[in-house]
Amino acid sequence: MSFYFAQLLTGLANASSLFLIACGLSIIFGVTRIVNFAHGSLFMLGAYIAYSVVTRLDAGVFGFWFGMLAAALAVGLVGLAMEFLILRRLYRAPELFQLVATFGLVLVIQDVALAIWGAADLLGPRAPGLARAVRIFGEPIPQYDLALIGIGPLVLAGIWLLFHRTRWGILVRAATQDRDMVGALGVNQNWLFSAAFFLGAALAGLGGALQIPREAVSLQMDLNVIAEAFVVVVIGGMGSVAGAFVAAVLISVLNAFAVLVFPQISIVLPFVVMAVVLVLRPHGLFGKPGSGHGAPGEPEAPLRHMSGRGRMALAALVLAMLASPAVAGDFTLILLVDLLVAMLFAASLHFLMGVGGMVSFGHAAFFGIGAYGAALAVKTLGLGMGGAMLAGPLAGALGALVFGWFCVRLSGVYLAMLTLAAAQIVWGITFQWQDVTGGDDGILGVWPAPWASSDTAYFYLAAAICLGGIWALRRVVHSPFGYLLRGGRDSPVRAEAIGLDLRRHQWAGFTLAGTLAGLAGTVFAFSKGSVFPDVLGIAQSVDGLIMVLLGGIHALAGPLLGAGVFVLIEDWVSRLDFWRFIFGAIILAVVLLAPDGLAGGLERLRRLLRRTTGGGAAR
Amino acid sequence: MSLLKVRGLTKKFGGLVAVGDVSFDLARGEFLALIGPNGAGKTTCFNMIGGYLRPDRGSVRLEGRDIVGLPPRRIWRMGVGRTFQITETFRSMTVRENVQMALISHHRRSFDMVSAAAKLYVAEADALLADTGMEAHAGRPCSELAYGDLKRLELAIAMAHKPRLLLMDEPTAGMAPSERVALMALTAGIVAREGLSVIFTEHDMDVVFAHAHRILVLNRGRLIAEGTGDEIRADATVREVYLGGGAIRARDEADHA
Ligand SMILES: Nc1ncnc2c1ncn2[C@@H]1O[C@H](COP(=O)(O)OP(=O)(O)OP(=O)(O)O)[C@@H](O)[C@H]1O
Ligand SMILES: [Mg+2]
Repeated sequence: MSFYFAQLLTGLANASSLFLIACGLSIIFGVTRIVNFAHGSLFMLGAYIAYSVVTRLDAGVFGFWFGMLAAALAVGLVGLAMEFLILRRLYRAPELFQLVATFGLVLVIQDVALAIWGAADLLGPRAPGLARAVRIFGEPIPQYDLALIGIGPLVLAGIWLLFHRTRWGILVRAATQDRDMVGALGVNQNWLFSAAFFLGAALAGLGGALQIPREAVSLQMDLNVIAEAFVVVVIGGMGSVAGAFVAAVLISVLNAFAVLVFPQISIVLPFVVMAVVLVLRPHGLFGKPGSGHGAPGEPEAPLRHMSGRGRMALAALVLAMLASPAVAGDFTLILLVDLLVAMLFAASLHFLMGVGGMVSFGHAAFFGIGAYGAALAVKTLGLGMGGAMLAGPLAGALGALVFGWFCVRLSGVYLAMLTLAAAQIVWGITFQWQDVTGGDDGILGVWPAPWASSDTAYFYLAAAICLGGIWALRRVVHSPFGYLLRGGRDSPVRAEAIGLDLRRHQWAGFTLAGTLAGLAGTVFAFSKGSVFPDVLGIAQSVDGLIMVLLGGIHALAGPLLGAGVFVLIEDWVSRLDFWRFIFGAIILAVVLLAPDGLAGGLERLRRLLRRTTGGGAAR
Repeated sequence: MSLLKVRGLTKKFGGLVAVGDVSFDLARGEFLALIGPNGAGKTTCFNMIGGYLRPDRGSVRLEGRDIVGLPPRRIWRMGVGRTFQITETFRSMTVRENVQMALISHHRRSFDMVSAAAKLYVAEADALLADTGMEAHAGRPCSELAYGDLKRLELAIAMAHKPRLLLMDEPTAGMAPSERVALMALTAGIVAREGLSVIFTEHDMDVVFAHAHRILVLNRGRLIAEGTGDEIRADATVREVYLGGGAIRARDEADHA
């Protein structure tokens, strides 16, 4: 009995840390509608700064707690700077475009932390006065855990007072419920947003700082914590602080007991809980309908078939690519295969997001299922390349069919998070099911058939498959089915009012996107000769998002352009020191200079050139 | 036999009775106006008939078949068209494409992944647009249209599957007075030609009295009067609710200013 009580207390202590990071995320989303991927980075910064302050001061009680608050304040200011310098310029950009910017920040902050604090993990000091354990019912409980259990509710109470007793807090709540209303009240939105960012960032910083007596400070803290923080925010309902608290307790306590029965479960448990909650309550426990949606975007221009000149340019590009083996070395050919895979992957994600309006944070799931499907077909079923190349996309289709059934019931950020959960669940299973998937060691020896094994031959095979897939997607976009998905994105009510079952069409669209992502994963697996769990990881999903949003979500050519630029930049930059910083800075620059993506930016540039050269006067 | 039989239709939102015990019949070819002040429950009635809201009580029979509980898309397939008080269109498509989508759905080709959508049913779509005076706008992006034109487009979309019953929620809102009369005259023409039945809500009494065959008056969810234009004009309760027709007009104008 006493053991279970101790387990409960551990769960509650974890809940407090989780709540601290999640509540800031929820506040920022509620007010600004920005999904802040960099929130984990703020958490990490809080830990690093607290480490520096506390180890520099003599580690007395005062020094320790001063360090905590100083870290919170400092991170709050970093958040303020982030908002002021970058995100403020993007509030009018398409929904989720800010996501790419915050991911650029993740990369930048990673390398800044690396430069300042080094790559080695840092062990923080114990909290003075709370360094020992007390016995409760005979079980040793760290005093610090007890302190944390108190701090969580204390912060919740503080936020509650702030939100209910101050004018600022009331405005924040109003903004969370209805952004237009605040605009109509004549409140200065900039000021409100900055303050929300400061508060949210400071809470994340505090959460990170309070972690230092419990875990080593490392450069992996940011992405390790962000997925779970998202989960908590979503389960609680986007924008609901009390919901975040309940969700943090729910997950942490469940986890504390579930690991006793099934130790491997902690990787997937939060995501399973989230999936269950979202299927039962599509807006989280305390969220309101519509709480998961950002500001409505600009209307998109009607679809046009490509002009004659556009077709010729495209044909020339494809021909140049196909002719490249004549001049290019093996290394370039391998890069070109990467490029083709990225293009197909990005195109399938764009089909889902841009055309279907179903934002996915977990599209890597189907890419990875395709890659693993093909690899397993070779290794376990003993199929040849041909069979495996069918098995991969088929596996992607099956995965998308299953997850899609759940996902199309949701929309907005909730949908995005459920897809993230799906990907994390698949990743967790793959990671831990060593007997079948090889776990962390992956599956090796997935080579193409002899006839396709030269770099040139495989390049042509990859080109045929990927360009074929992209062409087929384009075709679907222009078909009644593609039009209907686009229409459903514009107005689900209208779709229903002309007799259509939108969900069924979305399910089919989801499956199609998963199939083509699986196809991309298959081509990828054979090009590398192996697969590892990171093909299913968050980073792979985010890469896809960056490609699509960077390229421009409103243009069919956007994902292709985005994928091309992404692969080329990554290839160049990843050979440099501090490549994350450079890559992140490039992302931020593109985002700030072309908030409608590269396609939009190019279009504007073209118009500008026409005007200045007088070419447009004829119109 | 009447086309539509509504009996005891009731819907509460919390404590508020949005629609209380409303019953009426609609004959084939009838042009019926449903009027009442703001918040009277007109849209809620439409939503229940069209399947967008489930009534707490009551029945809706379309040619004898109970349609309560069916989703809107099924009711649409049974020949009920609908236009919305706040227009719902596909903003990223052209005017013509919006109508084409309804035709594609009508011909059950929405899962077609091969044909070029923009080339399907062009002639039919243009004919429908011509019927509603929208032919000049066919190629324009829907997001550019003025509000009155969006209403006209919705009418064209609603006619695409040759409905037997058309529910029009404030079809003339956002239009100039002369436009309103013109649009309703046009609608009346279509009704006469196609023999379909229409229920429409409207705040402009000139429009209502000029075209409605019969008028239902709702107030606070209750049906308070029913009759021809002359009967309604003479009805004491209705006068009391409205304090004269001018007040309605003024409020309507203010709503959409
Ligand atoms: N989904 C809802 N939830 C709660 N109350 C609602 C809802 N829909 C309508 N109501 C309320 O029900 C009443 C009837 O609304 P309804 O929209 O049917 O009126 P209406 O006659 O169409 O008014 P208007 O002329 O302004 O369009 C109103 O008081 C409205 O506030
Ligand atoms: Mg209404």
